[in-house]
Amino acid sequence: MSEVVAAEIQTTHIIDLARSGHRLDGRGIDEWRPVKVEPGYIKSADGSALVHIGHTTVLCGVKLEIGKPFPDTPNAGVLTTNAELIALSSPTFEPGPPQPEAIELSRVVDRSIRAAETIDLTKLCVTPAEKCWTCFVDIHCLDHAGNLIDAAQLAALGALTHATMPAKRFGVGEHDFPLEVNHFPVECTFVRLGDKIVADPTFEEEAAGQGRLTVATDEARNVVAMQKGKIGAFSPDEVVETVERAFRHGDRLRSLARGT
Amino acid sequence: MGSVGAKEVPELLNAEGRRIDGRRLDELRQIAMKVGPLTRADGSAFVEWGENKVMAAVYGPREVHPRHLMQTAKAIVQCRYNMAAFSVDERKRPGQDRRSQEISKVITEAFESVIFTEEFPKTSIDIYIEVLQANAGTRCAGLVAASLALADAGIPMADLVASVAVGKVAGRIALDLKKEEDNFGDADMPLALVPQSGRLVLIQMEGHMTQDELRQALDLGVKGCRDIYEKMRQALRSRYDVPAGSAAPEVAA
Repeated sequence: MSEVVAAEIQTTHIIDLARSGHRLDGRGIDEWRPVKVEPGYIKSADGSALVHIGHTTVLCGVKLEIGKPFPDTPNAGVLTTNAELIALSSPTFEPGPPQPEAIELSRVVDRSIRAAETIDLTKLCVTPAEKCWTCFVDIHCLDHAGNLIDAAQLAALGALTHATMPAKRFGVGEHDFPLEVNHFPVECTFVRLGDKIVADPTFEEEAAGQGRLTVATDEARNVVAMQKGKIGAFSPDEVVETVERAFRHGDRLRSLARGT
Repeated sequence: MGSVGAKEVPELLNAEGRRIDGRRLDELRQIAMKVGPLTRADGSAFVEWGENKVMAAVYGPREVHPRHLMQTAKAIVQCRYNMAAFSVDERKRPGQDRRSQEISKVITEAFESVIFTEEFPKTSIDIYIEVLQANAGTRCAGLVAASLALADAGIPMADLVASVAVGKVAGRIALDLKKEEDNFGDADMPLALVPQSGRLVLIQMEGHMTQDELRQALDLGVKGCRDIYEKMRQALRSRYDVPAGSAAPEVAA
């Protein structure tokens, strides 16, 4: 019971602060923690990126292998995204089969990449119905200090943007070549704290949050994916405003992932 | 979406502005709701929505299983969305796949936003949604069925939750997509609304929409939810034999 009381006191404090436009770590309502993208962090991967958003640290590795197309899409390669909330990254994560939180994380990241047509899957087909490239996007959460979705998605985009097709290793070409990336979706996540909607929530803010909204935008000013999570609600006007903010933040994050 | 390698794209919108099943852009499919069809559940509802058939049951508040999930200050809500193996064209492997688990999670969170869980500490409110026949929009149909089942079970809530999907079909914003429109359309956005507060408790979206289209889709979706809400209230009235038009009980803020 004491933990419940302590958590409630902190929640009340975080929401009171937000009401006057302040946050526990001194940021503004619309301010992000420092974001850093380190591409090519893992040599054994075909593409990788280590992303820090404040203390939150997420590593993504991309592996490309030759496999078989799905029977219903004989002319396309395969893209699979998996996120592991490994136990070293938070006292609340346990070893074992993926929990709903990890499943939601991988699916929300996957949705942004798929919906934005980041990779043209038909170009991953080698021989229709027989041979294609399978692109595994594996996300490892290393330090969970809040806003895992954005960190994971940025890591995935960073890893794909800098990935190499290992054609030589699989005997389907003389030379390795870069994976073609056509679009650059990024996700921006916000949580409601009382009457304010704050960007890039920390772990404590997520716990205190009364609803979370993630918006994925692409470089051509489309919204490509959204996900509301956690207990709470948003009015349609708030959704529209949040989308506007996601566009504002998106371009900066996009250029970080692309290294431009 | 997911149309990679798809063979032929059907004509989704004809010259008269009619959709593949003859509907206008802002028109819902036929919906029938029945409250309380199951005898053993504390509350239940069956929804036929276009070619979707979805059953929902609510048990509780009851003892929490597994026990370690118990919370001292409030009830927990456990929702399980499940699709029957025979509910789709190609047999679906039984059990919870990742899609079902994600849907279960967002539906649970939608209901936890309206149920007065603090009135039933140390208990569980269990919601089961079984999709028996699927034709796009099953999570919305499931949410509507579960909402009615919660009301049927007498669980105190701020309001009924109404739900519908909006999307983009042949470049136009359309209400309540059916399967072909979902498969070959440009975007899909399931929404759930708490009508009395005007706030959304479930928002998902996939596809391509500009900011203007998104605004338009939200407006159309909210309007659709309000129509569904009226049908839900009628279904509850007919279950408990309250003549339509008599005053609805006021919901405390």
